[in-house]
Formats: sequence, structure tokens, C-alpha cells
Amino acid sequence: MARIVGMEISAACSEAVTLADADVIAAYPITPQTHIVEHLSEQVADGRLDAEYINVESEHSAMSCCIGAAAAGARTFTATAAQGLALMSEMLYIASGMRLPIVMALVTRTLSAPLSIWGDQSDIMSVRDCGWIVLFAENGQEVYDMTLQAFRIAEDERVIFPVMVCLDGFHLSHVIEPVEILDRAEIAPFLPPYKPKYRLDPHNVLTMGAFAMPEYFSEIKKRQDEELVSSYHVILEVWREWEERFGRHYEPLNPYRVDDAEVVVVIAGTFAGTARVAVDRLREKGIKAGLASLKLWRPFPRDDIKRLFARRRVLTVVDRALSVGGAGGPVANELRAAFYHEDGRPWVASFVAGLSGRDILAEDFVEMVERSLEYAKKGEFPPYEMYGVRE
Amino acid sequence: MDMEQSRQKRSFAPRALPHEEYFAPGHRGCQGCGPALAFRHILKALGPNTVVAEATGCGEIISSPYPQSSWRVPWIHTAFENTAATAAGIEVAYKVLMRKGRIPEERINVVAMAGDGGTGDIGLQALSGALERGHDFIYVCYDNEAYMNTGMQRSGLTPFGAFTTTSPAGKVSKGQSTWKKDVPAIAAAHHIPYVATACISYMSDLYRKILRAAEARGPAYLHVLAPCPTGWRYPSEKTIEIGRMAVRSGVFNLYEIVDGKKRLTVKVRERLPVSEYIKAQGRFRHLTDEDIAYIQRRVYEEYEALLAEAAQI
Repeated sequence: MARIVGMEISAACSEAVTLADADVIAAYPITPQTHIVEHLSEQVADGRLDAEYINVESEHSAMSCCIGAAAAGARTFTATAAQGLALMSEMLYIASGMRLPIVMALVTRTLSAPLSIWGDQSDIMSVRDCGWIVLFAENGQEVYDMTLQAFRIAEDERVIFPVMVCLDGFHLSHVIEPVEILDRAEIAPFLPPYKPKYRLDPHNVLTMGAFAMPEYFSEIKKRQDEELVSSYHVILEVWREWEERFGRHYEPLNPYRVDDAEVVVVIAGTFAGTARVAVDRLREKGIKAGLASLKLWRPFPRDDIKRLFARRRVLTVVDRALSVGGAGGPVANELRAAFYHEDGRPWVASFVAGLSGRDILAEDFVEMVERSLEYAKKGEFPPYEMYGVRE
Repeated sequence: MDMEQSRQKRSFAPRALPHEEYFAPGHRGCQGCGPALAFRHILKALGPNTVVAEATGCGEIISSPYPQSSWRVPWIHTAFENTAATAAGIEVAYKVLMRKGRIPEERINVVAMAGDGGTGDIGLQALSGALERGHDFIYVCYDNEAYMNTGMQRSGLTPFGAFTTTSPAGKVSKGQSTWKKDVPAIAAAHHIPYVATACISYMSDLYRKILRAAEARGPAYLHVLAPCPTGWRYPSEKTIEIGRMAVRSGVFNLYEIVDGKKRLTVKVRERLPVSEYIKAQGRFRHLTDEDIAYIQRRVYEEYEALLAEAAQI
């Protein structure tokens, strides 16, 4: 029976991996991911999870080990953050290109230099094109749910892609929240054991990871792209089933008070909670504000974006990542691109805030929205601005 | 005696050579390719219950142009520096899946293969990690002494004095300026059950060592000298001869380390002067008599040290 337990969100993530009965976990410790892997090590040590836990010597080997294990037919999990993600980035592309359903928790953290262990989303934004399905969690329950959903989505025969569940470093990973925990009987029909269609098996010989000459490469990549894009439908189907079974609703852009909104805040991750408070305050001031919390980053939910944002006056997009010397915040830029050819497209105000764990308060969201509306009034927007930086 | 009896008796007779080929003909190796011979015979010795993880490099590139494959056993290539980690993942997956009853219980040889660069340079960290963790697998380094696949650039295992495209001989350079990295010794420092050197020119010795490596419970490291006519600059029909000269001159010694005990497996009664080995290859042709004398001295010292070490046990 499901029960609500107060627990650290990292532990909730590990509990989900245990409930999923993962076979192989290969991980290297890095702040702020450590609590996830420590908790998983304990689960294996106590015999609660029958898995092989591999203390690899680097994140590059963590992902390589997961690739080998997934290719051999195991349900495979790892977790990392920031520099760890950067070190394994070569293997991220290969995991997707080789179509291996690995699940990874990414405890998002800023990329060095300067070295900083604190949270932002510069790590995930640096590997936007790696071909993984990428989900953003907003709270502990979503971390738990999405980790279980991730295995189901990844292993669906129509998908077979690796899935990353992003949770904000410290703001989520190190916070204690009430989380509804499921039991094995409840999860079994949703997540049966992994039955790979293809695996390294001496009784059924196949070659994996052959190199492709130019006459094949583009066709293979086109198929990878098309199938990642069409995984969208499976993700929605899985989310609908989750809601039917467990009563919690998921969608690519979780909207709040957007129906009549003329300005909508867009943000991925846990700061959406604070932005909700700001939306209420703005409404009290008579500003028709709303919020969209981005849950699905890859495949890019283009249609949802168009449907939800068409004919809004302004989008206030808050990126916790800086594209140094670039054209704007990563999420802001992709929203701009999605609307470029549309009539009645919204203005997109791009703010970069909350880098390296710096807090974004409700009044900061209020300020960013008000500033966005001023720019709209003038009809002139800066390409992007870093918010809350001491001059 | 057939191959199965050979496996049981841990010895090998040439007449037991199986007819089955698990590394198919028609691969794209150069004529006289030493590594291709190594793959062919390693797989013959191990048989069909074998899975290979291979690093980027000559071996991968000659055998897997999509949609073709030379591999008649399951084979995976992922990247360059991580073969030991990929193989480790395969090994633990089989272990847990057998334990959970998802796949049948059986002995599967998990083999990692990489060249000298993929092993001793870029792959050293993953190799060390996998050896230290004690995975039950066989790591094969096929050593052709440079990055041959990309056009003969030097690695840490290129021998002193050899010309490569990134250690060229010039007015102020004698080619490779460093001594060959001793990767088998590094592997042995992990105190694993089995470490051996081998050469494709000594086939019975190679077979016997593969069988011992497969028998070891835990990591086994096999370092196979595999001459490369293209990169070493000798006629392609001379591969076996060149490998034999490397051993007979004491440049490359054949030994095994079983549970820490070192033993020479091929003893050379009358050693060939290294000059004969060196002069048979174009990659050394710029060396002076003085250079060769230096190499001879160092090879002699190393061989004597090896003899002394092996004799102490």
C-alpha cells in the first residue's frame, strides 16, 4: 500500500530505483549527487535491492559500464552532476546513438570554473543535443515518480532511449519532503522486468557499435531523431497511465493560472514553486500573470509550447544557465525559435538567474515580470540579461 | 586432443586447432596484419561462449563497417578509452541476470580488447579501475606499438628510436625518445590472478595463455605483441618472422605471472643481436650504430633482470 513518508529527496530517488529492481548501478560520487548513490549502496548492502553496485573510477566509466550492462540486457541506473556529466558527455551521445535504455538522475549543478558545488542547470544545458529524453522534476514526489516513469519510458519498445531525470542540486536533492512511496505489488503492473529485444547473447550473435560510413550515417541519425521526437507520444501515454494508477498528473508544461494570462513565467525545476507565489502576488497587483513549469525538455514539446503560449503578450523565461557569449538563455532561445514563424508570437524576455545556487525569491520573479512588461511597452528587449548580479 | 580437451588440460597441441572461425575472413586488415591473427586465434581458443568489447582502433575499424561485421561472437564497440569499463558492465550484468534467473546459468568469457594506445595511454584509467575491482574478464592488449589506425602516431608503447608520424626522426630527433611503457607490470601491480605476455609468432604459447586466462577467476591481462607491416615498415609476409625476432632478441619477452609468481614461458638459448631485429624494419632505419648499441645494452639489462626475477621464485 502506498504510504507517505518524510524523506530526503535523494533517498526518494534511490527508493524509486530499488522499487524498479534495477540490476546494475555504476556510479562515481560527486556533490550534490552523493546521497543518492550512498543510499543505493546501503540498499544493496542490506539486500533490499538485488543489484550489482559498481564503484567505478570515473563518471566516464560509470556511463561506459552502464552501456555495457544495458547492452547485456540489464536494467541500469547511474547518477551524476556537473563535472561528472561533462566527463561522461562523450558516452551520453553513444548511449543514445546505440539505443540503450539507461536511466540517470542528474542532480543539476553549475559547471566549473570557478569551481562551485552549488546548483544551477548549466550542466544539463551543455548536453542538450546528446539524444536523451530529459525530464525536470519540481519536487520530491516528482523525483520519485519520474524515476519510476523513466525506466518504463526508456524500455518501451517504441522508445529504447536513455532517460535523464533532472533534480536541482541542494534545492531538491538535500531537502526533506513528504513523498508517497509505492510498494512492489502496486508498481509491478506498471513496470514489469526489462525484457530487451536485443542483447549481447552468445546464443544469438550480433554486432553492436559498428562504425558508419557517410553513406549510412545520416540515415541512422535521422531515424534516431525521428524516434526521439515520436517518443513524445509514449511519454504522454505513460503519464496518463500513471495518473490513472496513482492519481498524479504530469504534462510537458505544467500550467498555473495561464488561462487569461498576458505574461507567463517559464522555468524548469524547483524554482517553479517560488514562481507560483510570485504569480499570485502579481495577480493581486492586477497583472494577468501565469506560470508554465517545464517538465519535458527532450523531446522538445513544440506543440504544447505553441498551444499554451500562442497569443500571449510576453513570456518571462528564467534560465538557470548562461550561454556564455551566446544569444540568450538556452530555454528562452528555443522558445524564440519555436515561435519565429508564427503570427501573434509573444515577446520573449530572457533572464539568466539563480546561477550557482543563488536564490531567486518571489519578489525577484515579480521584478522580472514587471521588467518584461516594461520592455514590451517600449517594444525593445535586450537579448538577455543576468538578473540579480551586483554591479 | 580436441579444443575441449585442450581447455581441460590447459595445454595446447597444434593438431587441436579448431576449424571453426569466429573472426571471419574478409575483414579489412592490411596484408600481414598481426592484430587480425591475434583476434582469430584468441577466439578459436575461447570458443563460441565469448563476448567481446573492443576499443576504437585498428581492430574495430577493420572488422565493423556497418552493415558488415567480421565477428561471429557477440561484439560491442562503444569508444576508445573505456573498453575495460564496458566489459565490466557486461560482466556484472551477466552475473546479476544469472543470479536473478533471467538468463541461463553458464560460463561466458567476457573479453575486452584494445590496442596499445587504447590500453596504456587513453585507456589506462578504465583498465586500472576494472582490474582493481576484480571483474571476471580477460583483457587483451594487442600491441602494434603505435596508433596505426590513424596513421602511425606514437603511443607510450612505441619503442625507443622508432620513427612515427608524431615522433619523426629529424636533424635533432632520433624518433621516439622514450622507452616502452611496461603495461604488463602495471597490470601485475593490481595483484590479479593472471598476467601474461604473448606474441602471435608463438602460437602454442598464445593458446595456452588464453586458456589459462579464461580459467582464472577474476581479471586476466594478456599483452600480445602483434607486429604491423604498415607501421613498422617491413614486407607483409614477414609478420611472423618479425615477431619471432622480437622475442629471440629479448626486445619482447614471453612470460606469465600466476598469482604473483613470474615465469618465463619461452626461454631463448642463443639471443639474437637486437641489430638484426632493428635492421629488418624501416621504422628504425635512421638509427646509428651508437643508438643500436644503447638499445642493445638496455635490452640486455632488462632481460637479465627478468631472468633474475623469474629465477628467484
